[in-house]
Amino acid sequence: MSRPIPLKDNLLESRLFLHRVAAALVACLLLLGILVARLVYLQVIAHDHYRTLSEKNRIKTEPLPPNRGLIYDARGILLAENLPSYRLVIIPEQVPDMEDTLRRLARVIEIRPDDLERFRRLLARSRRFEAVPIRLNLSDAEVARFAVERYDFPGVDIQAALTRHYPLGPLTAHVVGYVGRINERDLQRLDPANYRGSTHTGKTGIERTYESVLHGTVGYRQVETNAQGRPLREISRQPPIPGSNLHLTLDVRLQAAAAEAFGDRNGAAVAIDPRTGAVLAMVSQPGFDPDPFVRGIPLKAYRALQRDPDRPLFDRALRGQYPPGSTLKPFVALAGLELGLITPRSTTWCPGYYQLPGKEHKYRDWKRWGHGLMNLRSAIAQSCDVYFYDLARSLGIDRMHDFLARFGFGRRTGIDLVGEASGLLPSSAWKRRVHHQPWFPGETLIAGIGQGFDLATPLQLAVATATLATYGRYHRPYVVAEIQQPGEPPVHLPHDPPVVLPVHDRHNWQEVIRAMVEVVHGRHGTAQRVGKGIHGFHIAGKTGTAQVFGLPQEEKYDARKLEEKLRDHALFIAFAPARDPRIAVAVVVEHGGSGGAVAGPIARRILDRYFADHPLTRDAGNSRTVHDMTTHRKETVRVPDHAAAPIQVRQAARSTERR
Amino acid sequence: MSMLQAELHPGSGTRVGWLQRLHIDGVLLVGLLLLSGAGLIILYSASGRNEAVMLRQLVRLAVAYGTLFVVAQIPPGLIRRWAPWLFGLGIGLLVAVLVFGDIGKGARRWLDLGFVRFQPSEMMKLTVPAMVAWYLADVRLPPSPGRIAVCGFLILLPTLLIAKQPDLGTALLIASSGFFVLFLAGISWRLLGALALLAAAALPVVWYLMHDYQRQRVLTFLHPEADPLGAGYHIIQSKIAIGSGGLYGKGWLNGTQAQLDFLPERSTDFIFAVLGEEFGLLGILVVLALYLLVLLRSLVISTQAQDSFTRLLGGSLALTFFVYLFVNTGMVTGLLPVVGLPLPLISYGGTSMVTLMAGFGMLMSIHTHRKLLPG
Repeated sequence: MSRPIPLKDNLLESRLFLHRVAAALVACLLLLGILVARLVYLQVIAHDHYRTLSEKNRIKTEPLPPNRGLIYDARGILLAENLPSYRLVIIPEQVPDMEDTLRRLARVIEIRPDDLERFRRLLARSRRFEAVPIRLNLSDAEVARFAVERYDFPGVDIQAALTRHYPLGPLTAHVVGYVGRINERDLQRLDPANYRGSTHTGKTGIERTYESVLHGTVGYRQVETNAQGRPLREISRQPPIPGSNLHLTLDVRLQAAAAEAFGDRNGAAVAIDPRTGAVLAMVSQPGFDPDPFVRGIPLKAYRALQRDPDRPLFDRALRGQYPPGSTLKPFVALAGLELGLITPRSTTWCPGYYQLPGKEHKYRDWKRWGHGLMNLRSAIAQSCDVYFYDLARSLGIDRMHDFLARFGFGRRTGIDLVGEASGLLPSSAWKRRVHHQPWFPGETLIAGIGQGFDLATPLQLAVATATLATYGRYHRPYVVAEIQQPGEPPVHLPHDPPVVLPVHDRHNWQEVIRAMVEVVHGRHGTAQRVGKGIHGFHIAGKTGTAQVFGLPQEEKYDARKLEEKLRDHALFIAFAPARDPRIAVAVVVEHGGSGGAVAGPIARRILDRYFADHPLTRDAGNSRTVHDMTTHRKETVRVPDHAAAPIQVRQAARSTERR
Repeated sequence: MSMLQAELHPGSGTRVGWLQRLHIDGVLLVGLLLLSGAGLIILYSASGRNEAVMLRQLVRLAVAYGTLFVVAQIPPGLIRRWAPWLFGLGIGLLVAVLVFGDIGKGARRWLDLGFVRFQPSEMMKLTVPAMVAWYLADVRLPPSPGRIAVCGFLILLPTLLIAKQPDLGTALLIASSGFFVLFLAGISWRLLGALALLAAAALPVVWYLMHDYQRQRVLTFLHPEADPLGAGYHIIQSKIAIGSGGLYGKGWLNGTQAQLDFLPERSTDFIFAVLGEEFGLLGILVVLALYLLVLLRSLVISTQAQDSFTRLLGGSLALTFFVYLFVNTGMVTGLLPVVGLPLPLISYGGTSMVTLMAGFGMLMSIHTHRKLLPG
């Protein structure tokens, strides 16, 4: 073989080439070195960091929302429960085309316009990876239909959840309240860690006040998910702790009796156990159905409820502020007695009007021609205004204010419900502060009959009545009796001991109570209808009529001529048995007219229901022996056969204690 | 080096092995087989144990190795004679693609010939270095400035046509394959420095000419965390996959990033991250060693080539192969911006694998068609 003779210098070029290859190889090795250094950085030096990121990618911590505690009434009847329901949810970030998905979804499952509206509302304020419900309460057939088509809907899923339901609906809507979807305002109040996974929180009533007890503690489970966020398997689980159940003091039978007694009238009734402050019934009429609020009420329906002239959403028992009218008189009378300005025997002449010395203005009595000679008992029984004008003038506004304040007028009772109104108990200082005006003597007279500036909530009236009934033991009212942690027996909620009001002379209190018995059982009492057919015990009560607007001087009020909206509010307070009070009631009927005729019978229906369920034993029923709650000493009382006759009391052992 | 050079001294030229007769280079073949074998193992995991994918990849490998074998039989002289014609044909097809081509994934790359969809840019990966090598084969090296300028034109024309499709990855490969011929032909270091400066100066112009998505890729490379769920997602997830693999890896089929869908494009462009996650740094080093073996063997083959054309062509093919490897691994590890290039011999995908194997076929042809010289 002969060596081919190249035209060019092959050897030289070959050496040049070799040099270049060597240079390129060095460059390649250098670049590989950089690559390996990079890999060493990623896989050795920063390995922990990337391993954490990879775990975070893979493992998602999912909150397990706790089951909300149930709410029972005093007899164990369910007022708030959790019903299983299926809902269709959409996880926005997993949906390729939202509009297209919604359009196609509507062919599989019925989606109403209000569903869509709510969905868009929630979508706007949800995070991209949060499941947003589009349909609630799916039927089994719908669940099955969607399951078949599910592969076609990425990001759409069915979730099983428990939905709050209120079996008694409007009857307990105001007291129990309702839960609603957590909004921005709630988020500021709630612990975000504990509410991961919770969609609802208490908005009103007990659901709101006892939110922390009812909600429970969130649990967690760690799941391995793929990049689309679908859980593949569970790695670990910490179960949630369900919320505690609540047992209320409320008795729904009593509640129902009260609501029924109202018929289609608007108003409120509160019944309290004066011995404890336990609220037995708390009714605001009309009620409303709380369930739509749980699901997310459509705006239109909500507006309709808000615009309803009967204002069903307004909790009148807690927030309604009404002039107490004549129901304030027993308290004013007690003030006069305890401060020594009057005695049960002192009298006032009632000509049908009252004039301040040197003034022309006539302050009228509701009875145009006057009641004649009035003493304490007849003045209360017949609700004589003139007697109280006179008494109020001797008391003066500030002494009256200070005395009535002890019964809780003018401030919140502190019941375990949110949104309570404080009412208004005027004083000269208050008027200077708020109205920058001096107090006028005429205003004192009006305040003495519970009109003018005076305002009280039905709850305040019931609490004040209970305080009067128990000789000055002021119990803070409450609606929740027991809290029951899951799997444990119910525990009584501790309550503050009552505030014991100073009692100058128990006789004075007795006198006022007797006068209130006269209201119901007396021959001239303003609420004789209330006392009809009562055997074995007495009801102490007081009617009230609160003027909605003032009448010109010489005009006679005629309820029939006035439109219903302008008619007076009818009020009635009562407790029974007068000697051993078990229940104190306050009833306000808006625009009801006369307290005795309209509000009284409602109170009576409540009392009837109560005593049907809690029959008095012979011993207690005849009130031969009354357990004196102040001193725990027994007093023997003789009850006359004739109801209208004055009740004579012989105290075997009079309380001499003063606290 | 002894193993790499084992074939070089076949016993004073007395014994010609059967591989030699088949025009196959044993070392290169073993390197390629090991790499594509490793690729199949990784792909099985990356595809989520998808047997259909595996089957398709096996068919492609068979076609690719068949192509390698066929190309290896073609003597280098023939390739040299065809080079200008193939180059002309390739330019014509590239123009045709720009005019009539099918659009796939937003780019005009494919030419539908009725019976087969064809990517002319793939052909250019081999034709451009062959053309430049042909042009420089008969002249004294290093080439004159005039020839270098002509070479520049020969390289830039197809590069720009392909960049216009747009296919930045392939354009980059073709430009570098042409450049490597020039480099190996011995253009002066001074000129190289000047070219580097020119390239740096041209960057703003390139930026201006780039498509929005290409600019986005560069921005994403610089700040992947700026858009973690959008453009930066790929590279972030890929880094997590590799980094979480650690030294020893999470084990085959156990990579959570890959198996749970966090890693996008995991059987194609980002398959290197699956390797890193499941087999760790050690697994990567083994695979990189195999790549290095193939690279070194290819370079050795080109240094032993007997004329300028085969030397330049072989060297260019070897170095382009390395560019392939480095651009892909650099992208997956976050060293380089995202350029859509597969990991050679491992990524799932068709055309580029066949081209690549044809290139190795040329290398084998170069090596086995040598006239044996007496020592």
